Amino acid sequence: MDLAFTKEQRDFRQEIRTWLAANAPAQPLQSFDTEQGFQQHREWEAVLNEGRWGMVTWPEELGGRGCDLIEWLIFEEEYYRARAPLRVNQNGIFLLGPTLMEYGTPEQKARILPKMANGEEVWSQGWSEPNAGSDMAAIRSRAELVGDKYVINGQKTWSTRAVWADWCFGMFRTDPESERHHGLTFILVPLDTPGITVRPIPQLDGLPGFAEIFFDNVEVSVDNRLGDEGAGWRVAMATAGFERGLMLRSPARFQETARRLVELYRENSATADHDPAVKDAVIRAYLDAESYCLTTYQTACRLSQGGKIGAESSTNKIFWSELDQNMHATAMSILGARAELLPLAPDAVGVGSWLDGWLFAQSGPIYAGTNEIQRNIIAERMLGMPR
Amino acid sequence: MDFTFTEEQLLFQESVRDFLFNEVTPERIRASWQSDTGREHLLWQQLTDLGLVGMTVPEEHGGLGMNEVDFILLAQECGYVALPEPLVHTALVAVPLLSDLGGELAAQWLPKIAAGQAKALVGLEQNLLVEDAHVADLLLLQRGDAIYALTPEQVSLRHNESVDPSRRLYGVDIPADAAPAVTGDIAVDLTGKTLNRGALGAAAQALGLAQRMVDMSVQYTGERQQFGKLIGSFQAVKHHMANVAVALEYAKAPVHRAAYSIAMDEVRAGRAVSHAKLVACAAANLAAKNSVQVHGAMGYPWEVDLHIFMKKAWALANTWGDAGYHKARVAQYIFSDEAQLGAVGTFS
Ligand SMILES: Cc1cc2nc3c(=O)[nH]c(=O)nc-3n(C[C@H](O)[C@H](O)[C@H](O)COP(=O)(O)OP(=O)(O)OC[C@H]3O[C@@H](n4cnc5c(N)ncnc54)[C@H](O)[C@@H]3O)c2cc1C
Repeated sequence: MDLAFTKEQRDFRQEIRTWLAANAPAQPLQSFDTEQGFQQHREWEAVLNEGRWGMVTWPEELGGRGCDLIEWLIFEEEYYRARAPLRVNQNGIFLLGPTLMEYGTPEQKARILPKMANGEEVWSQGWSEPNAGSDMAAIRSRAELVGDKYVINGQKTWSTRAVWADWCFGMFRTDPESERHHGLTFILVPLDTPGITVRPIPQLDGLPGFAEIFFDNVEVSVDNRLGDEGAGWRVAMATAGFERGLMLRSPARFQETARRLVELYRENSATADHDPAVKDAVIRAYLDAESYCLTTYQTACRLSQGGKIGAESSTNKIFWSELDQNMHATAMSILGARAELLPLAPDAVGVGSWLDGWLFAQSGPIYAGTNEIQRNIIAERMLGMPR
Repeated sequence: MDFTFTEEQLLFQESVRDFLFNEVTPERIRASWQSDTGREHLLWQQLTDLGLVGMTVPEEHGGLGMNEVDFILLAQECGYVALPEPLVHTALVAVPLLSDLGGELAAQWLPKIAAGQAKALVGLEQNLLVEDAHVADLLLLQRGDAIYALTPEQVSLRHNESVDPSRRLYGVDIPADAAPAVTGDIAVDLTGKTLNRGALGAAAQALGLAQRMVDMSVQYTGERQQFGKLIGSFQAVKHHMANVAVALEYAKAPVHRAAYSIAMDEVRAGRAVSHAKLVACAAANLAAKNSVQVHGAMGYPWEVDLHIFMKKAWALANTWGDAGYHKARVAQYIFSDEAQLGAVGTFS
């Protein structure tokens, strides 16, 4: 055990720190759930990619740096420290990208990954359907192979960033006789294809952060199939859960929130302790964010030495999403009557972006597999309890 | 950056786990409750022969000269079987304190301890009572800014019965004319370090205890049927256990980090230990609570083994600094101007 960073790791940290100091936007961008904000974030992705910071874990020939997980964690720490913009293309670069590298044909990789990396093509994810939420194997949207094209009919929903995204990846039922997770195929769909209707769905903040996507005889070239026909489930489950979770929600994000929470508590010291539970909650926030960081590093070190991680990765999703909720709930308590005010309201003094974070924290235990589903997985696959 | 244990450390953990699991059975623990001292000479000799008792004794005094990181996984295993013998106390608390005291005391006692021929036990004012003082050959007792090194004949012991029959607790009175071994800043510094080591030992054992209670509950709920089904197939039961698994999974790295901080004498050692103690004891207390629940009435009888582990977990939460003490220490740091918060403070 040696918990000091190596010289290379320290240099790497310095390099990204210097670059971000020179390049990260000085002012926060507008929300990427507005048309203008989406565009600003897309442009930021291009800047990142220009500096080869877009996706440091990607191989060098794809514009990455071939970083390992520890370097990824360092990158994220610096990124959150610099308060750089959220990643508008996260579904592409964090989720689809690694899957493509594993299952894509050389032609697909060459065609798709560079434009994904520079933000030219932003991706949305189409798993959920009105009747296939937690039970994803209940997917009913159909894709029928006609000649060299798939003809898609059906509906996807809750697709994040789909309102202004360029592409959608999803699973469709190609074998009409099939059931459950058999007969599903992973297909990439350009969202400007005729027959597609995207209907924005405003979220709790009123902005259209996700959308329904309707498919009416949408024709997509067979070249857009990822993996074999009928192998969609396996392709979708491919990239290890831990790494995927790590890319999506690295510890730095929550440590940064914990830091802000301590600051908020201290700024409001005159009133924060009116509820004695608040101080305890702030202490817990700090500890839990640290626990998340330490545990993530330990797991990343184990993995980089060839270790394996199984169903215990499901603990990760529960831990960070509940931590995020608890931290924001505590901030709301500290803000008291100001908590409900939109940031631009005249009396909303010092409310920062807590309300936005609080709203979004409500969704953490739901998306990416609800926490109840994660608990089932932990009980059955990690602890070996009966089905 | 390498946050893993070595192959040897992991292999040793495995062999100690096997030994303890086979030797320190609930039946043997129950038998110890009936005995006078509650401690067994034979078992102590076996632990000595395995190299565990002298593991942290410096080589020049006949030990293996290993540190807290080497011992931490073994302390977890001691927790897993609820080992009544004061092994964690010896290796993580008494031996390091004696080593730090140095001089005559260390030269006289450490070789005997490493050979399994003597036991030293430590009593800090932070703890109401001294564990296992009745089997001590040497007592290291802190009062204010003084630390005394006394033999049992020099003090008087007051037995206090615990709800956990494995725990033997004593009030110790020091005669007014006793001379301290050290006083002043040195004693205060050693007291702080000793408390940290005691808390680390408690935290590591709490991890083991939590794991044991989960394992027992998973086994029980995989055998018991109600409504024609295994009760472990009910989601409410599963989720009780999953919640413990989450708490436990995220308490391990903080404990390992605390061991490393102490071994490296880092400035952050105190708060790293407080973090570890808080989260590990919270996980063990949750394990106790949820394990009783999923056992139904079967969690309540004296004859069922669950309480061997549960009561130890409860007790550990309040020794070597209770939650209030450790939270206050974390709070003092995070609400200070020196605190390094945010994404880059964890390892810097
Ligand atoms: C902000 C946000 C962004 C999202 N982005 C996307 C996206 O980009 N692409 C996409 O495809 N989807 C997306 N989703 C959808 C998300 O994946 C689903 O909401 C999620 O899988 C749950 O499905 P559901 O909403 O239909 O809830 P349901 O499955 O109807 O669940 C409702 C409740 O019942 C519980 N429940 C259901 N089944 C079980 C069970 N077996 N055991 C115990 N409890 C159960 C759930 O845990 C939950 O509490 C997003 C959701 C949100 C909130």
